[in-house]
Amino acid sequence: MSTFVINRLLQAFLVLLVMSVLVFVGIYLVGDPISMLVSPEATDLERDAVRESFGLDRPIFVQYVTFLGSALQGDFGRSFLTGEPALQLILERMPATVELVGFAMFFSVVIGVPLGIIAGLRPEATYSKVIMTGSIFGFSLPTFWVGMVLIMLFAVQLGILPTSGRGETVQVGAIELSILTLDGLRHLILPALTLGLTKASLIIRVTRAATREIQAMDYIKFARAKGLSSSRILRVHLLKNVLIPIITVAGLEFGQALAFAVVTETVFSWPGMGKLLIDSILTLDRPVVVAYVLIMVLFLVLLNLVIDLLYMVIDPSSREKVRD
Amino acid sequence: MTPGQTTTSAPLLRVQNLKTHFHTRQGAVKAVDGVDLELAPGEILGLVGESGSGKSITGFSILGLIDPPGRIVDGNIEFDGRDLLAMKERELRSLRGNDIAVVFQDPSMTLNPVLRVDTQMIEAVRAHEKVSIEAARQRARDVLVKVGIPSPDERLRCYPFELSGGMRQRIAIAIALLNRPRLIIADEPTTALDVSIQGQIIHEVRSLCRETGTALIWVTHDLAVIAGLADRIAVMYAGRIVETGETDEVIHRPMHPYTRGLIESVPSGSTRGARLHQIEGMTPSLPELGEGCAFRDRCHRATDQCRVTPDVTLLGDTREFRCWHPETGGEQ
Amino acid sequence: MTVQSTSAAKPARARVDTPFRRITRQFFENRLAVLGLIILIVLTVPAFLAQWVAPQNPYDIGTLDIFDSQLPPLSKSSTGDITYWLGTDGQARDVLSAILYGMRTSLIVAFSAVAGALFIGTAVGLIAAYFGGAVDAILMRMVDIQLSFPAILVALVLLSVLGQGIDKVIIALIIVQWAYFARTARSSAIVERNREYVLAARSLSLGSRRIIFRHMLPNTMPPLIVIATIDLAHAITAEATLSFLGIGVPVTEPSLGMLIANGFEFMMSGEYWISFFPGIALTLIVLGINLVGDHLRDILNPRNAQ
Repeated sequence: MSTFVINRLLQAFLVLLVMSVLVFVGIYLVGDPISMLVSPEATDLERDAVRESFGLDRPIFVQYVTFLGSALQGDFGRSFLTGEPALQLILERMPATVELVGFAMFFSVVIGVPLGIIAGLRPEATYSKVIMTGSIFGFSLPTFWVGMVLIMLFAVQLGILPTSGRGETVQVGAIELSILTLDGLRHLILPALTLGLTKASLIIRVTRAATREIQAMDYIKFARAKGLSSSRILRVHLLKNVLIPIITVAGLEFGQALAFAVVTETVFSWPGMGKLLIDSILTLDRPVVVAYVLIMVLFLVLLNLVIDLLYMVIDPSSREKVRD
Repeated sequence: MTPGQTTTSAPLLRVQNLKTHFHTRQGAVKAVDGVDLELAPGEILGLVGESGSGKSITGFSILGLIDPPGRIVDGNIEFDGRDLLAMKERELRSLRGNDIAVVFQDPSMTLNPVLRVDTQMIEAVRAHEKVSIEAARQRARDVLVKVGIPSPDERLRCYPFELSGGMRQRIAIAIALLNRPRLIIADEPTTALDVSIQGQIIHEVRSLCRETGTALIWVTHDLAVIAGLADRIAVMYAGRIVETGETDEVIHRPMHPYTRGLIESVPSGSTRGARLHQIEGMTPSLPELGEGCAFRDRCHRATDQCRVTPDVTLLGDTREFRCWHPETGGEQ
Repeated sequence: MTVQSTSAAKPARARVDTPFRRITRQFFENRLAVLGLIILIVLTVPAFLAQWVAPQNPYDIGTLDIFDSQLPPLSKSSTGDITYWLGTDGQARDVLSAILYGMRTSLIVAFSAVAGALFIGTAVGLIAAYFGGAVDAILMRMVDIQLSFPAILVALVLLSVLGQGIDKVIIALIIVQWAYFARTARSSAIVERNREYVLAARSLSLGSRRIIFRHMLPNTMPPLIVIATIDLAHAITAEATLSFLGIGVPVTEPSLGMLIANGFEFMMSGEYWISFFPGIALTLIVLGINLVGDHLRDILNPRNAQ
């Protein structure tokens, strides 16, 4: 078990290293950051001076090692725009995004799993077909447009929910949370609904497929033959098996949603790291973009590790494979 | 060898004219089409037939475990004098795993992969009796010992994937025995196992049933397995029982040409070196089946008369068959 | 040869050999899939014929009349010769015409991106399946890494480097989508590779090109068609999303996503139609593709063949 974790961490480190090379080459060397650092009227001499002061005149390899060295110490450079350290900017915004995504995923699982199980238990029933058609509809809706329509409906027409920002927050440790205040919750509902709708549709489909597959298994029939109540079969025999694929999918989708929060945060002016990314891309603030990408990579790698560990808790036979 | 109790005593199970059909787009598939069965307490019945003959569906029908598109459309199933088909799901559930237990074919699929053996055994006890978890565990442990599992405490803590196929099937059998059922329906329980383990398990199940007085329906396609196990044999073909009788009788003097074909295709000492008999043709596809004897297209004795479904012919107290032209009739 | 292939037909192979007619028949048995197809035809045909069927060329500044800006649906133009069925936007463009032109841009981008990704992905998948060993391991490792990153993030970062433009969006979408095709092509080609006749063909040292194209490629087609259909929906949504965020297609060739973005501010003041109708068009296209793709997956999947 611990060798597995260590192995995975080593792998994760390798992926991170490869990504840092790609991102560095991709973002730092395409285009000339100097043009953003000095005024357009600067002379060649002044440009060279700036280039030298940032170490941009040295060979790529040396530049990369320098970049990597400081990155490992948490120094991703400073924002061109505000002069603040890029890492700090992102970490400040991270709780808002994680809160939004977490709430959205919670919503999608709470909605998606029961509906998927219902549709999977009786695939021929009319209500199952309605659920499935609804789910196709659900993931055909473009997220950003859904957000806009919700704003129009609930904020502009009905005027019952706010359209932008996090609302009132509560300080918990070093982190600010919206979910703990009524005002914050009201701000959170629409963006989370927007982000969670597509995910709920997906979870419905995964759950239904898994339910149908497991429902047909001999061990479910055997459980019935043992005379167990249908609620115990559902809760223990079926659900535990259905949860295995759901955990994998929900975990992967958490990562997807984290990235996709860029869109939702833009629509609802949610002050998270996604909004920061878009603003930084539009203003060519490259240190922030690089820092965002690397932090995201780290996050995704850790997320995958957590999914695998959870998987081992639920599916005992996967522990066996790890031991080999 | 004790011959089984005769059917003159009050039967434990009586199946009459059972019809289980599957409704598909191509029409109704008559998987079971008029089956009659009787089983005395403690009796061991071998239900023999090739795949698709409806023998497993017969077993599941008795338990009320037929899922859509399948449905019991006609017939009567009486267990211990109670009408199973008239029972509510609640009553049926209290019967399943309690009075009537079942063992499935593939032991790698019958145990839930994410639950430990103890969970799956304890829940089977507690579904029918209000006993403490500890008492249920103790009973599980005892039964594991009875089915020949060494170090049962250790096995109870295992997940199914940690056990061998033979071990898993023993556990499945132990689960069936947990609540001292009066009838066990075993659906090809040894087909997926190695031959050596097959022999052991058949022997153990037989002695356990004799010991506890449990009746057993052993569903199989393998006549050789049944010969040494069952008191009586029922041969199924295309949804109907074509012949029943005491094991020795049926094996040595088959009446139905199909039964004879089955017997002759089993290798034995006397057939060594000779070419094994083979029943020509294929099992008919069920939706296409019409009136008449279903075996007639493959039968060397068939005549025009076989276009009419044969009635049951009685022979002595315990023999029955459905054939217009039996193999060993009066002429022998 | 024919005898062998019919008698040994396994479901997967039988699918490939199945006449086109049978799949068509199965397809038309599903009402939702047919509905999807109808939606697609009704939307895409006018979009491709936009130049001729649109009431107005929304990008010809000369035809726009500034007095007609922000008119609600069903308004008449000030000159009286055009009815703005879906209203006009802030620059007096007919929303219906803008949708038709925008849809065309969206479709062109999505089709090109999926075609490119299909081509590259299939090639990589077949190469990995055919050569196996280290080649396979390296290529599939790349696919794994690629797929572990959210597509939208990769596309965003790529576009922030590449800059705006239709061609850049297509390149970015190809880069985020090829890996799905590679993985699917590889897994179905590997099934085929291990079949006896391919082993026989290899031992006869038939050229690898022949084996790949005659034997392995046809077997990969059904799953690839399904993935391509569903990816088309993804590509359209992704392009719209990128354009909405302001880093997709340029303002000169607005796609549906950009039309929706342009109407965002008006939505706040109640002039919903400027972005509502483009959103409906986008949803319907994606829905149509998903309905068709969902059913295609069912009928082309050998596991569900019965």
